[in-house]
Amino acid sequence: MSKTTDNRQTEPFARIVKRAELPAGKIILLRLWAVLLSLIAGGVFIACVGQNPFIIYGTIISGAFRSVMAFQGTVKVMIPLLISSLGVTLAFKMKFWNIGAEGQIIFGATCATFFALFFSGINHVLLVIIMFLAGFIGGGLWGLLPAIFKVKYDTNETLFTLMLNYIALHIVSYLRDGPWMDPSSQGFPKIARFDKNASLDKLFGIQFGWLIALVLVVLIFVYIKYTKQGYEISVVGESQDTARYAGMNVKMIVLRTMFLSGGICGMAGMIQATGSDITLTTSVAGGVGFTAIIVAWLAQLNPFAILLVSFLFSVLEKGSSVVQSNFGLSTDCADVLQGIILFFILGCEFFIRYRFLFRKGTHKAEKEG
Amino acid sequence: MEILIKFLVAAVGAGTPLLFGTVGEILTEKTGHLNLGVEGMMSIGACVGFMVGYYTDNFALAILASAAAGAFSALIYAVLTVTFMANQNVTGLTLTIFGIGFANFIGIFILNKTPEGTLKLPENITAAMRGISISGLSELPVVGELLFSYSPFVYIGIIIACISAWYLNHTKAGLNLKAVGENPGAADAAGIKVTSVKYRNIILGGAICGIGGVYCSMIINGGVWISNNVGGLGWIAVALVIFANWQPAYAILGSFVFGALRVLKYYIPQSVLPFPIAFYDMLPFLITALVLVISSMRKSGRINLPAALGLNYFREER
Repeated sequence: MSKTTDNRQTEPFARIVKRAELPAGKIILLRLWAVLLSLIAGGVFIACVGQNPFIIYGTIISGAFRSVMAFQGTVKVMIPLLISSLGVTLAFKMKFWNIGAEGQIIFGATCATFFALFFSGINHVLLVIIMFLAGFIGGGLWGLLPAIFKVKYDTNETLFTLMLNYIALHIVSYLRDGPWMDPSSQGFPKIARFDKNASLDKLFGIQFGWLIALVLVVLIFVYIKYTKQGYEISVVGESQDTARYAGMNVKMIVLRTMFLSGGICGMAGMIQATGSDITLTTSVAGGVGFTAIIVAWLAQLNPFAILLVSFLFSVLEKGSSVVQSNFGLSTDCADVLQGIILFFILGCEFFIRYRFLFRKGTHKAEKEG
Repeated sequence: MEILIKFLVAAVGAGTPLLFGTVGEILTEKTGHLNLGVEGMMSIGACVGFMVGYYTDNFALAILASAAAGAFSALIYAVLTVTFMANQNVTGLTLTIFGIGFANFIGIFILNKTPEGTLKLPENITAAMRGISISGLSELPVVGELLFSYSPFVYIGIIIACISAWYLNHTKAGLNLKAVGENPGAADAAGIKVTSVKYRNIILGGAICGIGGVYCSMIINGGVWISNNVGGLGWIAVALVIFANWQPAYAILGSFVFGALRVLKYYIPQSVLPFPIAFYDMLPFLITALVLVISSMRKSGRINLPAALGLNYFREER
């Protein structure tokens, strides 16, 4: 008897145990709860700044859908976000922490801009293809660089890709202030608007990047799920030792995947510059590279889920700009809400894999178990 | 000579926010948790500290508020990664995005309420943050300006770095902390309360980062609020941790070197070295990347890297 009381004293108030795998339906339900809770938390935040959360949420949704033009705007926001989320997914699947999507977007856009500015006279279709390739290769090389150092010296890729973001940004500001400055802007530092020949065509009123993005969703899904290379990425992500033991060339896989990952992000940059901005600015990426990481993670690296999440985030983003003009709250509201949602989802993952056992409940659980 | 002194003084000023961020992140990483949210914690600290300063006109309160805000944001990170065992990279990144968004949002929200349309700190507090002057010392030639002319932040930062160095290497709590970062399983078996050590030090690190943030919002722009005032310094701080080899004492030197890089462009005339301005803006990031590569090339440079960095600890899986 005395032994049990002793046990009770030393036993912690709560402890964590692993739980058996939950059925898929329950997992989805848990995640929906997390999203609901995060919306409530976001609502409390909105209420704290003196606004009615229901009205704000309503405005966000109506702001993104209220007219054909608003919807087109939402899709326009989605294009670079969707494409770069797909790009970082490849790297994340491999557990390569590529947070350099921002830089890869910028550098891809920069390479494409070179052709848009100086070869604008050539055949339109040919030029667009060249710009696509330039964006892809530019972004790919920007992603390849940290991968080379990773496989050779095990250089921390998180920090390296991050530094490359800022380096790419300042390359653009150098080009803007110097060699590529628009001569007709009378000294105001900006890059000239692209020739019509060098800008992307429209399809249903939106630049045709949306079609490329949708095609990419399917391509990446097939690539990850049904190709040998995609399988290799997952194995390297799970365990490099296993991959090596199975005779895979891990270094080669890391380099190849990072080139692809960066290349896709670079393409997002090219599409943003030549399809939406029709020029190159320092804000061509504008934080999309970071949001893409949240999107990819929320969607559990599933391309179709990425399509859904990036669409919802674009609604949030576009709706926030309407909230800004109607209620004077800045668009940073979208970042805050995105952060809160991901905090809750990150916390929710715990309850999918583990559960708490409280001191009182221990005996009951042991009896059952 | 005079320009050299001015340059060194400016370098120390520009390096100070990095010093706070680096020391805070060292304490965090010593628990085995890589918090990529430094930029976010600094932003939140910058925002809350600035606003408290703006409304109360009290320097000490502003610093305390920024530390509390930094601590609170680190608490979010700690709950998610220590208790809920969430992925540290993603949690930290989210904290950064959330923190920057939060700071900009609140900044613009309060800005819109002011009749003037700008947020400028009131007189008392700007006077308090100005360079100190100790009669007899500050007037000394060269030494006076180099050692006794800074804003109180600089001295607070150096004191915090020195205390942290002593704490890490010479106190029981500090040694326990290092044990947790090296091998949490062994530390747990030795009777160290791993979870509590992690929480305490992550939160402490966040508080220090928060103070670094308020330096960015109060000093760098002369007491006027602008959006994105931390502007990537938090990220440089994360990299400086490697440069400083996880030693708070080296962080002092590293911060001031990087501070020097940040202000270089104002002190090198275009006629001497005709580099474009963008190059100087890029320089701290370029050097950080080089430092990363070089320190990874020579493995001996990572001798202080906490062995369990980035790995969450689950007692039943040890």
